[in-house]
Amino acid sequence: MAFLELKGVSKGYTTSGGRTEVLRDINLEIEKGEFVAVVGYSGAGKTTLISMIAGLVRPDTGTITLDGKPITEPGPERGVVFQNYSLLPWMNVRENVQLAVDQIFPNWSRDQRRAHVDKYIAMVNLTPAAHKKPHELSGGMRQRVSVARALAMDPAVLLLDEPLSALDALTRATLQDEIENIWERDQKTVLLITNDVDEGILLADRIIPLSAGPAATLGAAVKVDIPRPRDRKALNHDARFKTIRGRVIHYLLGAGSKSQGKVREAVQRPRILDELGITA
Amino acid sequence: MIKNFLKQHAASVLLPLLGTGLIILMWSVSSTTWSKSLPSPGKTWEVSKPYVAEPFAKRGELDQGILRFAWYSLVLVAKGYSIALLIGVPLGFLLGLSKLFSKGFDPIIQVLRPVSPLAWLPLGLILFEKSKPAALFTIAICAMWPTVLNTAMGVRAIPQDYLNVARVLKLSPAKRLFKILIPATLPYMFTGFRLSLGIAWLVIVAVEMLTGSPGVGGFLWQEYNSLIYEHIILCILTIGLVGFVLDRMMSVVEQRFRAA
Repeated sequence: MAFLELKGVSKGYTTSGGRTEVLRDINLEIEKGEFVAVVGYSGAGKTTLISMIAGLVRPDTGTITLDGKPITEPGPERGVVFQNYSLLPWMNVRENVQLAVDQIFPNWSRDQRRAHVDKYIAMVNLTPAAHKKPHELSGGMRQRVSVARALAMDPAVLLLDEPLSALDALTRATLQDEIENIWERDQKTVLLITNDVDEGILLADRIIPLSAGPAATLGAAVKVDIPRPRDRKALNHDARFKTIRGRVIHYLLGAGSKSQGKVREAVQRPRILDELGITA
Repeated sequence: MIKNFLKQHAASVLLPLLGTGLIILMWSVSSTTWSKSLPSPGKTWEVSKPYVAEPFAKRGELDQGILRFAWYSLVLVAKGYSIALLIGVPLGFLLGLSKLFSKGFDPIIQVLRPVSPLAWLPLGLILFEKSKPAALFTIAICAMWPTVLNTAMGVRAIPQDYLNVARVLKLSPAKRLFKILIPATLPYMFTGFRLSLGIAWLVIVAVEMLTGSPGVGGFLWQEYNSLIYEHIILCILTIGLVGFVLDRMMSVVEQRFRAA
């Protein structure tokens, strides 16, 4: 049995116009220590998927198990980094992380907890900004606080819900590197949800496309067999990279694109030209 | 140079002066034409002078400086207002947190909210039999509604994200209240506090008139009965100015919480 397992999971919402099925028959298995990326259209139900694993939303059908135990409610063993950071604006960086640490490790001494908070703030390079409130920070810094908070909980699984989608390309690249470093060091199980195919390939062991909604479902997983550490620039010329990207995009634009005629945003295309522009 | 100065300050200094001057002119004209018993501005100033020049003097029970009277009123308001907040905030949280509670009590609150202090005071006198607790009761019950409703609105407006943080961390109900719910609601609460204070100050005058307690409202009524109409105008201006200052002060505090 896989570490994190979703079996026949589906979820719909009732709206004024009737019932909309968001996700249909989702099956997903993630092994311990694995880094999996789910790539899909905006509005396809990616956030619903992660909310269900986080336990914030209950699936209509199917089961979700972590380490063999069914998930019925939220819990600190699943660290979530939300798309919109979800920092508490009346607390500074340190207090935001501290809230989580105090809660998860109530038996530790004060000094132990303090050191733990410092360690994770340092890990995301925010020590100089530790006393600042979220509104004084840039988007990238806020997202790093959110990552530090999730990691400081020492969760069994890290759930990343489009953590970088609101950031500019450069900040995005820096944070991608940070996420990869942290994953390599801690060997956490990570599920990354993104609309950026390149980001998925750069970070994940496996990349799984999610078809367009409504009633989105997962396509066939593509193994990313590119050795780490992966170099962002070299990657663009890597034949395996091109093959993987081709397969994922082929699914998303082909079989996975059959939506029910609803308006949707396109998948973010690879930024080959940007990269060439920088390297040229 | 002077022209530039005038241009810059015309809107902020000259216009308010002009407006005030116009009202004083109308007052002055009224007092000499159609309402002979209305004291003129000059006369009002002359008669009020001892009360303004020595604002904290105490010459007798009914003869005190105007700010001393205002102070008595403020103390009474502070007490009634504190009761209003102590009841209003928890009530607001209950309304905001519980759909059941909200459904059950919202209609009756909407009915009681517009009731005038003049209507509550006799009920307070029946309930407490003494004028002071009746006054506090009236101030509290009239002033608490903005705090109740704004707090409830603030609780309902807490972003789901903050609540999700509490759920993921499995915060205890007490921690959830003090670390998430109250800080997230504070800006709304302070808007309620400011409006409540305005009402409490509005109510005090009516209450003092009816109960005859010492204060700026009591003084006003007493001077009406003594036919010293100049003091009525002095009281009106004092009540207005104190209310204005209170509102400014609360507004500064409110802004502070809004920015945080």
